Amino acid sequence: MIIGLDVGGTHTYAVLLSNQGVEKSVKVTTNHADLFSTVLSGFTQLLESIDPSQIERAVISTTLTTNAIIQQTMEPVGMIVSAGPGIDPEFFRTGEHYYAVSGSINHRGREKASVNEMQIQDIAKKMVDAGIEYVGVVSKFCVRNPSHEILIKRMLNKYFKKIFLGHHVSGNLNFPRRIATTHLNAAVFSLHKSFFEAVKKSLTEKGLTVPIQILKADGGTMSLEASMHFPGQTVLSGPAASIMGAIPYAPEGQDAIVLDIGGTTTDIAFLVDKAPLLEPVGIQRGSYKSLIRSLRTDSKGIGGDSTLRVKDGNLTIGPDRQGPAMAFGGPLPTPTDAMVVLNVMDTGDREKATAGIETIARQLGLSIEEAAEKIFKTCCTIILKKTFEMIDQINSQPVYTVHDFLEGYKLSPQKILVLGGPAPFFAQKIEDLYQIDTLAVPNSPVANAVGAALARTTCEVSLYADTEQGIVTAHEEDFAEPISKTFSEDDLMETAYTLLKEKAINSGADPENLEEVEVVEFQKFNIIRNFSPRGKIFRTKMQLKPGLIKGYETVLH
Amino acid sequence: MLKALHKTGLVFFPAFDWAIDPTHPEREERLLYTQDQVTEEGIFDIPGIIEYKPMLATAEDIRRAQFCVPDEAAITTESHLISAGGAKVIADAVMNKEVKNGFALIRPPGHHSMRVSHGGRGFCHINIEAIMVEYIRSRYGVKRIAIVDTDCHHGDGTDNIFWHDPDVLFISLHQDGRTMFPGTGFPGELGGPNAKGSNLNIPLPPGTSTEGYLYVINHCVLPVLNEFKPDLVINSAGQDNHYTDPLTNMNFCAQGYAELTTLLKPDIAVLEGGYAIEGALPYVNLGIILAMAGIDYTGVVEPDYNPEKLKQSVSITDKIKKTTAQINKYWSQRFQMREDAGKPGEIQIRHKEIFYDTDNIFERQKERVRICKDCGGCFEIDSQATPGFHILGVHIPINACPACIEKGYEFFDKSVENKYHHVFLMDRPKGNYHIK
Repeated sequence: MIIGLDVGGTHTYAVLLSNQGVEKSVKVTTNHADLFSTVLSGFTQLLESIDPSQIERAVISTTLTTNAIIQQTMEPVGMIVSAGPGIDPEFFRTGEHYYAVSGSINHRGREKASVNEMQIQDIAKKMVDAGIEYVGVVSKFCVRNPSHEILIKRMLNKYFKKIFLGHHVSGNLNFPRRIATTHLNAAVFSLHKSFFEAVKKSLTEKGLTVPIQILKADGGTMSLEASMHFPGQTVLSGPAASIMGAIPYAPEGQDAIVLDIGGTTTDIAFLVDKAPLLEPVGIQRGSYKSLIRSLRTDSKGIGGDSTLRVKDGNLTIGPDRQGPAMAFGGPLPTPTDAMVVLNVMDTGDREKATAGIETIARQLGLSIEEAAEKIFKTCCTIILKKTFEMIDQINSQPVYTVHDFLEGYKLSPQKILVLGGPAPFFAQKIEDLYQIDTLAVPNSPVANAVGAALARTTCEVSLYADTEQGIVTAHEEDFAEPISKTFSEDDLMETAYTLLKEKAINSGADPENLEEVEVVEFQKFNIIRNFSPRGKIFRTKMQLKPGLIKGYETVLH
Repeated sequence: MLKALHKTGLVFFPAFDWAIDPTHPEREERLLYTQDQVTEEGIFDIPGIIEYKPMLATAEDIRRAQFCVPDEAAITTESHLISAGGAKVIADAVMNKEVKNGFALIRPPGHHSMRVSHGGRGFCHINIEAIMVEYIRSRYGVKRIAIVDTDCHHGDGTDNIFWHDPDVLFISLHQDGRTMFPGTGFPGELGGPNAKGSNLNIPLPPGTSTEGYLYVINHCVLPVLNEFKPDLVINSAGQDNHYTDPLTNMNFCAQGYAELTTLLKPDIAVLEGGYAIEGALPYVNLGIILAMAGIDYTGVVEPDYNPEKLKQSVSITDKIKKTTAQINKYWSQRFQMREDAGKPGEIQIRHKEIFYDTDNIFERQKERVRICKDCGGCFEIDSQATPGFHILGVHIPINACPACIEKGYEFFDKSVENKYHHVFLMDRPKGNYHIK
């Protein structure tokens, strides 16, 4: 049996799954000030009268790092960045202890200016004096040649508890994002470590000794041990959990929209043949841009508890939430109240809901019924409008080859999957309004915990081979090997697959779930100098696709 | 926080799967390192920088600017159409005011492709700037456009397409034609009789450095633009003036390109040549993007940049000053030159021979233009290519006067069909293209 636990904004759900389906589920109010006791209480209630030795796997998704970012409770850490030619690295400052240093690597990975040891020693001293314990080191083009980062780490090792290096973060190019991501990993490390060590200790005391898996932003899992190197990857694993929970109900061979309609916000995501769409580079929320692999989701400030207002005769919904719906004792009318008035929802205090909607109806010059109908319809329209905007945006993404231009895949969803508290009520209305097959995901409130429970391990490797310089590298994996001029595309793919498998096993993957390998990117270039070929450049990215573990596909239907 | 001062649109189409041939300078690898640099700098994440997806240009788009022989499909590939389409996308973004300015980093280039195109010359098959300019004029009704071609080679294709057009000011800065392809672009080449002085060719001696380029911009290009008052400034941004370019002999640098862009303030820049793909393009393109977006570019310096080594000699400086003075003189006399060029209604004849180095085609042209004081004047081009086709192309300019429209149709109607493989009529006022 497996356990999935997802810490949500309001409630934390934990489920116990067997190959018969959901055996048990529990709900705990999330206490953001004490997430540890929230998680523990979830586990305690779930494991009551269950023999812990029956559990084969436990996956946890929490808002720990997300909260740390939002509440800016991240620890002050040191950052050393070396930029070389280009945009002034001062623009990417992460905090007080941020130092731009000399040294430069070019786009081919060749050293153009060396590291200044005196400068690094001097900075180390300043950071030690300031009480810094964790440091991030990032150099431009370290993805092509990490030697400067490694050198600087060696100089700093004796002064600090742990040093995070940019080239371990991602195989993708993007210096500013790499700085932000390395900083994030360093800044949430001690928080993440103490939290999960405490969780693990408590679970062991309960007799639960299986390896703990943590959900990542890309909807995959990693082992607790692997997460210590990249704690930042757990950011926004909440939306990822719900999307994974929708997968069992997604159509095969088709595109689908996933809408997770909560109290305050609605998360929007997409599935292509049951596989979630990923962000092209990394998590991007508002001004925060990282290289953390993540599902492509967007959030709209509208949900069941969004505040309703009338401004200049026009109805507005959200983006704020002032409390629950009036039907449930809240202060202001919300879309949930409209649903209560319309009798699509049969819980809550109908009288209070009607009173709330009446104030809106009066300002709009409509009857209470009409106003409620308008609110409900407007709510669906706003969510779907945002969804279609996202689809347009995805379909208008730039392409860099003639082939991609001509063959470009167009996302065209034929089904909508709705999750969240009010999902069943919304599903019907959306289907009526948009004539798209719409389904409220069964067991909707616990779907996210189910998603976490069933998510399989994901990972990605990026390889770069340069036969002119005679080297194939995957610096993210600390891999570099000499190659000959005859190194071929097949050699590259074989190396990539070996590295990918190794990485997956090290991240806690079950050897049975290593089949969904996908080549995400492949490019090959001749290097020509003075009109004669000097070698070839090969690039590839290979991934284990996000998806569900085997053996549980049918149990949820 | 890092933010673009001016909203800047980018179309980035490196055509990683298209090349003229595997070892050709214009090949798959050309924008590879630029893409690496631009991606590593996080350019596409900067608020105010918007990346657009290119589109395919259509035969109709090309037919506003060029006569393709035997037709558009025969001399273009998808890459050419995407490249021209990319320029169109940037034009739309700028004209619709979604962005303040835009840069199309696209390949293959286009500025050696002329009014009549029988195939590839100077790596160009269709003229992406001219297609874009004619699209802008038709779609948005813009009247006065200035094109400043800063590619190291004479922009002879663009020069040729706007030769008779007084409303399009074409200025080309390039390495002296006596030392380089295509061997044209001397100060005396000033445009047709109806548009004398609206084409300015500024040859620069080999060894010209940043100082020389910026001198020409400050002392000639900017004052001329100031007087011409274009509604739109377009930069044909070739990057082969760089001191490391393998095909040219100039000493320009990335900082220089960025400064030139800051001075010129182009509404639209379109990438042309530039073949120092590893040591120059990544830095030059980055510099231009930052300059267009109004972001500090002082950190964009080639790793091997040595200003002392790149200094230009006094004799080069003197030559540049003389050429500049000559061009300014021509510019000030432009109206008189047009007055002296001929009597309205008269037909003037010009013979031209064109060699297509990429496709090994030799073309002979006989061009007949109607002298006109009211518009650019209609003209016909009798063009015979070996190997290839014999065609007649008739052009009626976009702002044509009634007499030139009538004359254009007369050219077309009177053409002897069995003499030509095809006869084309480009009726710009009506937006029609006739073939017989």
